[in-house]
Amino acid sequence: MSATIPPATIRLNGQDTPLTTASLTGLLAGLGLDEASRGVAVALNGAVVPRRRWPDTALAPGDVLDIVRPIQGG
Amino acid sequence: MTTDLTLSVAPPVLAASLPARSDDALTIGGRSFGSRLFLGTAGYPNQRVMLDALAASGTELATVAIRRISLDGYSESLVDVLARVAGGRINLLPNTAGCLTAREAVLTAQLSREALDTPWIKLEVIGDRDLLYPDVEELLRATEELVNDGFVVLPYCNDDPVTCRKLADLGAAAVMPLGAYIGSGQGIRNPHAIETICARSPVPVVLDAGIGTASDAALAMELGCAAVLLNTAVSKARDPVRMAAAMRDAVAAGRAARLAGRMPVRGFAEPSSPQLGLIGG
Repeated sequence: MSATIPPATIRLNGQDTPLTTASLTGLLAGLGLDEASRGVAVALNGAVVPRRRWPDTALAPGDVLDIVRPIQGG
Repeated sequence: MTTDLTLSVAPPVLAASLPARSDDALTIGGRSFGSRLFLGTAGYPNQRVMLDALAASGTELATVAIRRISLDGYSESLVDVLARVAGGRINLLPNTAGCLTAREAVLTAQLSREALDTPWIKLEVIGDRDLLYPDVEELLRATEELVNDGFVVLPYCNDDPVTCRKLADLGAAAVMPLGAYIGSGQGIRNPHAIETICARSPVPVVLDAGIGTASDAALAMELGCAAVLLNTAVSKARDPVRMAAAMRDAVAAGRAARLAGRMPVRGFAEPSSPQLGLIGG
């Protein structure tokens, strides 16, 4: 029986997600988002990451990342 | 035979003394609004109807919610969609709908500020998912924290003069007492409480939630509210665009009636026709 190393994951918008890139901008790019995307905001471990900080924000296993935008609301 | 009609006719009102629309702007948090109707963007049959309703309402402030994006793909931003309405006159008011604690509401507000580049926030902190009633303790806590963080805070709150006063004292830019449960369309269940809040509030009072039809919106303005915020009454009307226009007119009429000053309510009849020169008298 061989030990298996669990894949590194982050909690992305409430879902456990494999961590395939260590950079926030890399992850956002995979979702079709970049710094020019209007109306998008990001929180890492409960704190807002300002847009200008996206390029130098690294992701680590266990991080909790929320990506939000406005939708219809009352 | 002549009757002196002037005896019972009120002095003429000078048209010049009636404030023109532009002279009656509403100011909240340093921003001026020509329209006193704030409109939600949720629950319309489709996006086209929503955009037409927003345009017909004349509103300059539309609420939006902040939610996690779908991880499946990114579609056109609501920001871009709304920017095309009415020549870009509509400002966005993000809300914290669905938040149950001050902590959740504060983070949502901070995210909305980042997403929309606005310090304005419609602060909702809900204490009961069925009633969607505010949790006053958490609401006060979140208001204080967000005011200190530089936000223009518009809290959705109970129709309670004490809570409204506390919110104003904490620095809320306006208070937004509910007329009835959110989305219920029951109208203003306690008009006297709303009138009392309006009479005593040091900040503008925005009637938020419960409006069902145009007369409810007019009543809110007649009671002294500075503005009305509604959504479902328009989005779930049979003809939302037509109802949006009705709300626009109702808010304007209610405001005009408030400024005009209503007649006193009397317990008995008071003849409106002159009593002199009655035939057969």
